[in-house]
Amino acid sequence: MQVQITVNKKPRTDEVEPRQLLVHYLRDTAGLKATNVGCDTTSCGACTVLLDGVSVKSCTVLTAQADGGTVVTVEGLGGTADGGQMHPVQSAFREEHGLQCGFCTPGMVMASVGLLSENPNPTEHEVREGLEGNYCRCTGYHNILRAVLLAAQSPDAGKPEAQVSA
Amino acid sequence: MSILGTRVVRNEDPELLTKGGTYTDDLIDERLDGAAHLIFVRSPVAHARILSIDTSEALKLPGVVAVYTAADVDLPIINPPMPMFNQDMTQTPLASDKVRYVGEPVAIVVCDDPYIREDAAELVEVEYDILPAVIGMPNAAKDEVLLWESVGTNTVVDFGTPDDLDPNLFDDCEVVVSHLIQNQRIHPAPMESRSGAASWPEGERLTAWIPSQGAQGAKAALAAQLGIDAAEVHVLTPDVGGAFGARFGADVEMVLTAWVAGKLHRPMRWSETRYENLLAMTHGRAQEQRVTIGGSRDGNMKKYRLEVLADCGAYPKIGGILPSLTRLMTPGTYVFDKAESIAKAVVTNTTPIGAYRGAGRPEATAAIERAVDIFAAEIGMDPADVRRKNLVPKFTEPHLTAFGALYDSGDYETALNKALEAANYEDLRKEQQLRRERGDAKQLGIGMSSYVEITGAGSESGDPNENATVEVHPDGTVTILTGTSPHGQGHATAWAMMASDTLGIGIDKITVIHGDTDLIPKGGGTGGSRSLQQGGMAVQKASIELVDIARTRAAELLEANEADLQFNIDDSGFSVAGVPSSTVTLAKLAEKERLFINAVFAAPGATFPFGAHLAVVEVDVETGKATLERIFCVDDAGVVMNPLLFDGQRHGGIAQGAAQAFLEEFIYDEDGNPLTASFADYPFLSATEVPSFDLVSMVTPTTYNPMGVKGVGEAGTIGATPAVQNAVVDAVSHLGVRHIDMPTSPRVVWEAIEAARSNSNSNGKVA
Ligand code: FES
Ligand code: FES
Repeated sequence: MQVQITVNKKPRTDEVEPRQLLVHYLRDTAGLKATNVGCDTTSCGACTVLLDGVSVKSCTVLTAQADGGTVVTVEGLGGTADGGQMHPVQSAFREEHGLQCGFCTPGMVMASVGLLSENPNPTEHEVREGLEGNYCRCTGYHNILRAVLLAAQSPDAGKPEAQVSA
Repeated sequence: MSILGTRVVRNEDPELLTKGGTYTDDLIDERLDGAAHLIFVRSPVAHARILSIDTSEALKLPGVVAVYTAADVDLPIINPPMPMFNQDMTQTPLASDKVRYVGEPVAIVVCDDPYIREDAAELVEVEYDILPAVIGMPNAAKDEVLLWESVGTNTVVDFGTPDDLDPNLFDDCEVVVSHLIQNQRIHPAPMESRSGAASWPEGERLTAWIPSQGAQGAKAALAAQLGIDAAEVHVLTPDVGGAFGARFGADVEMVLTAWVAGKLHRPMRWSETRYENLLAMTHGRAQEQRVTIGGSRDGNMKKYRLEVLADCGAYPKIGGILPSLTRLMTPGTYVFDKAESIAKAVVTNTTPIGAYRGAGRPEATAAIERAVDIFAAEIGMDPADVRRKNLVPKFTEPHLTAFGALYDSGDYETALNKALEAANYEDLRKEQQLRRERGDAKQLGIGMSSYVEITGAGSESGDPNENATVEVHPDGTVTILTGTSPHGQGHATAWAMMASDTLGIGIDKITVIHGDTDLIPKGGGTGGSRSLQQGGMAVQKASIELVDIARTRAAELLEANEADLQFNIDDSGFSVAGVPSSTVTLAKLAEKERLFINAVFAAPGATFPFGAHLAVVEVDVETGKATLERIFCVDDAGVVMNPLLFDGQRHGGIAQGAAQAFLEEFIYDEDGNPLTASFADYPFLSATEVPSFDLVSMVTPTTYNPMGVKGVGEAGTIGATPAVQNAVVDAVSHLGVRHIDMPTSPRVVWEAIEAARSNSNSNGKVA
């Protein structure tokens, strides 16, 4: 079947199998390898992306369901793809050491953007609850929490196109 | 001011945050163009004879390139890795006559299209003659059902035997308490499952991409298991999504991926599902321990005995050697008149056991720290007081234990006191007392641990050492080649800091390369918390030697005496004393002739970091649910090189340690069926289940390296696990509970409370 999806601001038209998962569309069809697969039970959140502004686990969405929609992955967050700056959430993850091996990171960052778009001023507890479906084995979540709270100080951290100042 | 010791954010992050890492599955490389994809048919049963394998239906499926079984694989037998292991417990890369655990590879299916892999694998028909499964170490030790009938025993190795134990050990003890303790099996669970890729064109060398903790070790293992000369193998390490001890060497799946690539002369890719990962990546821990401790009612601990039964899983791997490390660390931070320990490792019909963050040392700490608490409860003394009374006093000269461990430096009492102070221990005890008096549903538990561990014991071979190459380029940039192998630890930043500090070149100009065996033929990899104290020190040593070489060249160029040359860190160059205009930079010197050096740093021995953790938990006595409220951690690993990285390592370890204490367990039923083979069933720690951590700093340098650093990667899993477990027991100790096995899940805690209640009722005592 044919789908039309805007991925990281670029409209695409692709022929895909009806059973293809969005995560495989992103990785294999669109060649965007940042989004990872960490499980086969919708548990880990490594595959989290924004679909029409809402964070979703892309291993549970069929490509067909995203037809006509807009997807943002960590590659399209902020302005680095066009020579601009990182998104406030990306920058805060670096500043607070919210990543180690980096495998959970693209999903964790996108889930954090999704969280901040719904709740721009979360409490610690709300950040933990909001990221409950995103696993990280390296950080113990301590610095991820701090990173999200730091990012929340930027008023537009919930917007995928936001950038930190140079 | 030196950059060392300052908080520096990571060089590797911008890429990871904006493009994502390049993990093995993400590789785009022309050597892998046209790759086929392979999948393993795995045993669905724990113990069985293979009667027949029918591959015909699978071969008929369009897109299936080949199917292989053990009969096709002409590779050497895999022998147990340690000479002291029972050498007859051999393995074939694909199961031949028997399968010995659920998940064992039985056949390989090679497909053009990765999407048909699983369908194709299902078409391979294997007929099994099911045998009774050996589950649980005590069952295995009975030798009633054998994994290798011809071997006659399930014992892999004995470290001492019951005959070595002193029958009169506890004769002079007023109080003796003993308990059986489970240090349960857990899964390392890195977020990236395993994968591999290989290219082996006819008449050429093998190139293998292996996500590992050390390319050089992976290369040696791969060559040995392929039965070829190591010179024929080039191993590359892509980004690695966590390892935690479980990614050393080359797993059979990697070996077979390379073998198929060579057989078909076609590039191969392999990647497993999380389900397969939970079944077939090595598991960790899995010890049953009997602790017995004796002393006097005034709190003096005199004697201690630790008996360990360790599970190797179905094939003896590195897990078989870990009980010897547990044994080595038997007495922990305490002085005993005498302590003794024996250990036995057995095979069972379960996934093989390998290293997992701490690898043998957390098991020792868990045992002694539980024993101390049980002893304290028995004599009715505060566990902090019992510890203080028995800790090895502060020492600055190495302290040799009866087990042969040479602790380099330590101050255990200060560490404990710092943790108690940070937590306001006295206030916590008062709060606990109030809740007990009120009979609150939510009781407070306070648990502590005092620990000492071993870091930096490993190397590629021989004594602890590691090499590094440092090169300054004419454009002022620097390349570092390291034999260590980061997978989250931040070496690209840390090694740049080490070189920058000596060379006077900014860390943004320094590139760190690892994991390419052609560029870096030697290396011990990253594990056992060795990297900074060996690999980092090698970078520093190479940088210092590089400046020395440069000095000789500068003297020539500037026509001055070497003695008159001054190295100015601010401009990364030399000047001649008294002639301010006569200068030359390292970069300039590199123009004429390459400016680089390889250096090896060798340490006199392993270092022994130490610390104390104090956990505060709340236990709902009606439901049994334990919640970790706070954890205060003192981790003294010597001088801190980058507090950002140092604390990050602690956080991750604390979380994993706490998770073992109250959450995680890999479970089999009595037939050997895994019950936790998905992330829906395996209780992976999430953000809502831990608090933020309270880190307390303490620095006791070691003299074993110029910087005074020790390793910190495993501190968390060693200190946090017993602190959290002790806290859960402490929360309900007033109800008569003396011990609760890990994981202290609601059911287990609730049952312990009920058992204690009915016990005290039947004894006519009041709970
Ligand atoms: S890969 Fe999507 S939730 Fe784990
Ligand atoms: S950074 Fe490694 S899993 Fe999160």
